[in-house]
Amino acid sequence: MKKKLSGWGRYPVAECEVTAPRDEAAVRAAVAQGPVIARGNGRAYGDAAMQAQGTLDMRRMNKVIAFDPVAGRVECEAGMLLGDVISAFLPHGWFPAVTPGTKLVTIGGCIASDVHGKNHRNDGTFARYLDWIDIMDADGDVVRADASSNSDLFRWTPGAMGLTGVILRAGFRLRPVESGWIRQEMVPAANLDAAMEVFETTDATYSVAWFDCLGRGDALGRSLVVLGDHATRDELPSDKRYRPFHVPARRRKKVPVDAPAFALNRYTLRAFNLLYHWNGSRQAGSSYVDWDSYFYPLDALLDWNRIYGRPGFAQFQVVIPLDSAKAGLTRLLDTIAASGQGSFLAVLKRLGAEGGPFSFPMEGYTLALDFPVNDRTLALMRELDAITVDHGGRFYLTKDSRLSAETLRAADGRVPDFIAMRAEQGLAGAFASGQSERLGL
Amino acid sequence: MKETVLILGGRSDIGLACAHAFAAEGHPVQLAARNVETLEPARADLALRHSVEVSLHEIDALATGTHGAFAAGLEPAPGIVICAIGALGNQTADEEDHAHAVEVMRANFEGPASLMAVFANQMAVRGEGVLVGISSVAGDRGRAANYIYGSAKAGFTAYLSGLRNRLAKQGVHVVTVKPGFVATSMTEGMDLPPKLTARPEEVGQAVLSAVRKRRNVIYVRPIWRVVMTVICAIPEAVFKKMSI
Ligand SMILES: Cc1cc2nc3c(=O)[nH]c(=O)nc-3n(C[C@H](O)[C@H](O)[C@H](O)COP(=O)(O)OP(=O)(O)OC[C@H]3O[C@@H](n4cnc5c(N)ncnc54)[C@H](O)[C@@H]3O)c2cc1C
Ligand SMILES: NC(=O)c1ccc[n+]([C@@H]2O[C@H](COP(=O)([O-])OP(=O)(O)OC[C@H]3O[C@@H](n4cnc5c(N)ncnc54)[C@H](OP(=O)(O)O)[C@@H]3O)[C@@H](O)[C@H]2O)c1
Repeated sequence: MKKKLSGWGRYPVAECEVTAPRDEAAVRAAVAQGPVIARGNGRAYGDAAMQAQGTLDMRRMNKVIAFDPVAGRVECEAGMLLGDVISAFLPHGWFPAVTPGTKLVTIGGCIASDVHGKNHRNDGTFARYLDWIDIMDADGDVVRADASSNSDLFRWTPGAMGLTGVILRAGFRLRPVESGWIRQEMVPAANLDAAMEVFETTDATYSVAWFDCLGRGDALGRSLVVLGDHATRDELPSDKRYRPFHVPARRRKKVPVDAPAFALNRYTLRAFNLLYHWNGSRQAGSSYVDWDSYFYPLDALLDWNRIYGRPGFAQFQVVIPLDSAKAGLTRLLDTIAASGQGSFLAVLKRLGAEGGPFSFPMEGYTLALDFPVNDRTLALMRELDAITVDHGGRFYLTKDSRLSAETLRAADGRVPDFIAMRAEQGLAGAFASGQSERLGL
Repeated sequence: MKETVLILGGRSDIGLACAHAFAAEGHPVQLAARNVETLEPARADLALRHSVEVSLHEIDALATGTHGAFAAGLEPAPGIVICAIGALGNQTADEEDHAHAVEVMRANFEGPASLMAVFANQMAVRGEGVLVGISSVAGDRGRAANYIYGSAKAGFTAYLSGLRNRLAKQGVHVVTVKPGFVATSMTEGMDLPPKLTARPEEVGQAVLSAVRKRRNVIYVRPIWRVVMTVICAIPEAVFKKMSI
């Protein structure tokens, strides 16, 4: 059936032929029609999970196949939501080893984007916990890939954005936890230097900084650094210790209509940023926060992507290597502050070593910001692209909706190898997305 | 220990969504369907996700002679029975294909009613239990577009209403569900209006809450009550000339 699709940023929008397979045979029939791209829960921001000729909505293939409660190993179909993994297995004392900032993503999406969390420096990406995948190739054959058999496919698939085939099933490991609570510490940082100092010295499992993009000069990069660790059962206050995995249900709110674009001028942005800042500093110090509020604060606000109105929004997320991080981030933030187009969500994380041949993270700092889409912000982002390339930075494809093929090539030396691998394996004609066509992948 | 929930039509998207809703609350589940062995992945999924007992049982709604033995053989006897069995058929084709039209009517009325009958008697003896029938708004008024299906659903709705009336004094409750459009395998490929179309999980949650609150007749999305009130209010002289 034809459907208007977009990613989470609601930009770009395209009419796509969508099928929602229930079994392998239906996936095979769609692959035979090619080109196709798999789609999970549509949380990638742009056109990575859209193919006009054939988009496969994988969410109906979402069954748990097996669970080993001793080793914390899960086997499931690729359309299972990460949030459902948590509801099923946290009561047994297991939590995802790596999680993005929303639980409303599928396991297939987590693998294809090779997602990272606030613990990347310590724990790597999702791929590190992957035991195996079953993936359908261009001929409709299902290949079991793991570290020893079909190991090339196993290495290339994380980060490949669906372009190595349709992931059907996966086996992966969870992390043992003693409770559903996070011991959280908030550290206000007056500027970028202070924030980086916190990242470099902390031994917390999770760390992330929220930015107020409007600070300039000495206040450039003023932020709130949020640190977190899984609370042990013993350290919990007695009311929580009794049922350590039980956390209060959160109330969901809905953004009812598309907010008009004028709601987003610089004054409302300033107010929003300051409020966030103030609210954060008010809670400075250490406290226990439930896993849902800690990892997924935005999930309680259903459809928050409508806040930006009809034209949609784009996320700019890059990683700048450690050596040039300070200089690169300063240039980026200066340019953003000067433009007055600061954003709702500006996030800084410290990343660790690179984990795979086409995976996004590398040792350095990653900055992510949202912009409403219009001519001025698109121009601003092109300026930011150039600064990123100048500083040896790299773009996160799962957030991209507007990059040019030239910029991607200039930023990421791995692109030619990726294209060669796709050609060699006969994948190029069979699997393609709006993004891969735009970027010439 | 929470009551065991029996799902008749265990492969149906709506039936499975009900199974998940109840299993998440700790209810053991029995899935009954034709060729039930093919439901093993669904069984494992339910059991692993929700840490409850889930068992599989073979049933054919049209083999009405087997229903008594089927009900007697379930161990434990279910405290809640949800019937999601049904078949949409193909109205235009079935107007010519008499045999198939009859099968559609039997799958939506005769089979489900026969199954409800045996569990009703079982529950009446125990003096407790809840029966849930998934009927349809299509039964509220016959339309040219789907009266073969709709008339059988009308029969099922009336049957449930009668059962409710009979069992009200015996501690057994009956819920009639009229889901409106639902995005399931039954409606796959149809161009349904999004505001009027529920996801199967919404139906599952609605059934869970209807059972808890002992509701009698529910429409899943409230707007359907309004829509059907309007459709039923149109005078027959006008209605017969309309195509809706
Ligand atoms: C609020 C928010 C916060 C986020 N925070 C983070 C974060 O902290 N860290 C991070 O790394 N990411 C983050 N993301 C991005 C998100 O984790 C990724 O975009 C993820 O891939 C989305 O999963 P999905 O199931 O929605 O996939 P989709 O968006 O539907 O698809 C994403 C990609 O995966 C591919 N894909 C999906 N399923 C399959 C399959 N079965 N087989 C093959 N390919 C498949 C698609 O083709 C596409 O290329 C965030 C996104 C949002 C909206
Ligand atoms: N989808 C809608 O828009 C909608 C709206 C209103 C009401 N409903 C009703 O909701 C119920 C569930 O339907 P659904 O939408 O979930 O569609 P579905 O997936 O097609 O479910 C119908 C189920 O009925 C079963 N069935 C049919 N004949 C049977 C028989 N003789 N014996 C045993 N099982 C039989 C089918 O089993 P098999 O898999 O073995 O064939 C199938 O699993 C049905 O009663 C339907 O009429 C649906």
